[in-house]
Amino acid sequence: MSSVNYDPHAGAVLPTGNESGATRHRDDTEPWYETFPWWAVLMGIIFAVLVGLVVFDAGYNQAYDRIIPGLWLTVKATLASFAIACSAGLLLALMRTSGSVVMRNLSRTYVEFIRGIPMLVLIFTITLVVVPEVSNSLGMQNRISPFWRAVIALSLIYAGYIAEIFRAGIESVDRGQVEAGRSLGLSRRDTTRSIVLPQALRAVVPPLGNDFIAVLKDTSLLSTVGVLEITQNARQYSAGSFKFRDAYLATTLIYLSLTILLSLLLAFLERRLSAGRTAVRS
Amino acid sequence: MSTVENTNDTNTMIRVRDLHKTFGKHIQAVAGVDLDVRSGEVVVIVGPSGSGKSTVLRCLNLLETPTHGTVEIDGVDVTAKGCDIDAIRAEVGMVFQQFNLFPHLTVMDNIVLAQRKVRHRNKTEATAEAMRQLTRVGIPEKADAYPKQLSGGQQQRVAIARALAMGPKVMLFDEPTSALDPEMVSEVLDVMLELAKAGMTMVVVTHEMGFARRAADRVVFIDEGKFVEIGSPDEMFDRPQHERTKAFFDKILHH
Repeated sequence: MSSVNYDPHAGAVLPTGNESGATRHRDDTEPWYETFPWWAVLMGIIFAVLVGLVVFDAGYNQAYDRIIPGLWLTVKATLASFAIACSAGLLLALMRTSGSVVMRNLSRTYVEFIRGIPMLVLIFTITLVVVPEVSNSLGMQNRISPFWRAVIALSLIYAGYIAEIFRAGIESVDRGQVEAGRSLGLSRRDTTRSIVLPQALRAVVPPLGNDFIAVLKDTSLLSTVGVLEITQNARQYSAGSFKFRDAYLATTLIYLSLTILLSLLLAFLERRLSAGRTAVRS
Repeated sequence: MSTVENTNDTNTMIRVRDLHKTFGKHIQAVAGVDLDVRSGEVVVIVGPSGSGKSTVLRCLNLLETPTHGTVEIDGVDVTAKGCDIDAIRAEVGMVFQQFNLFPHLTVMDNIVLAQRKVRHRNKTEATAEAMRQLTRVGIPEKADAYPKQLSGGQQQRVAIARALAMGPKVMLFDEPTSALDPEMVSEVLDVMLELAKAGMTMVVVTHEMGFARRAADRVVFIDEGKFVEIGSPDEMFDRPQHERTKAFFDKILHH
């Protein structure tokens, strides 16, 4: 490209317009090994070694067999928590961006509260204190299983995080969109539902996907409150057999498989979405 | 001032009295404005940037809430407490500088949406009306396109069609050609001229003096939040009374 700048003070010079400014300038003379995704190769090697261990080593194989039954609970906890957290998070975001002072402040309080406390502490507090006491006061003692208590905890926590994602998405929609909707006589509610949210949701797919993976990983914290998911199986197996290495490397493999798979799916979904936005239809 | 004389005229579509709009504590965008717009009249508001011309326009359909004063649209005081502003806005079409089409919807759905939700038309009626308005602005073939696939001029014409499909009594234009490439200005102005000829009541904020001369019944010169001078295009362009008006037109008409 012609805009390569040989000025020794180039860093202080304003971008000339046809370069992307913040990102590093990529030109054709750069050797291939500068841009080659070595990290993916390394990840592949690590992954292959783990798979090899579990497949060919009897010790790892046994640990794996003992741990993998927890997969279903991990997946179930992830899906349930994420679904509830998304619904509640969207509601919180709508409250936060609403015209009501009360709603805005209630939402803000909730988010600040959740964000200010370590997740593990919140999990203990919600599963061991909040849910039992609330269910007691509703007259349904001990009827909520440890699994659902844990899901409630994770949902309430992630609702606070996801609310911020939705809020950012809603606020990223140009103010003119709302004005155009309202000037046509659409109510605030219809404007939000038909104009703002469809655009906001498209914008939040990438960060929401990241949080989905984060929920999956954080289900491992539920091992501390008696949910027999992957991590808890690994803890039990290693505690009984002292085979910590087998247990936790097998666990590592399982989590890594899940997160890599999800990342690939997410990348695919994002490509589809951005392609759909620029596709020429006539 | 000449604007206040037709108070008892039943044909008054817009009546503005002592309009003030202050942003924050000190920024006075509009500082006491009176205006009457008769049904079918085209009023063009001109003035230097920051003079408050867009704010006046945006106060007419309460996109900005006036700090003081009243705005009546077709006899309804929209500044009164308890006024159903959504119902009024459906009668007041607005066209924005940045078009503000809904990017996630096709041209057709852009025009159909409010017809269905606000006018409660069924899909067949709304689609037919949309096609009628698209034909009127000259791009019926773009019904299935998305806004990003259109040129700026085409987008602005869709925006006009979208507003017209509601069957408004008044159309407000907020610098409708300022964001357009020069070669696309005329296609939008042509649509607006047609609309003016068809008898639409229009309030237009623009820098297009050619349009003002051809379409305007009255031209308003606003500066520092106040109407300095109001008159016919000929009076305003050829025989401005005030020094500030003269200086402004000197700057934009002869360079």
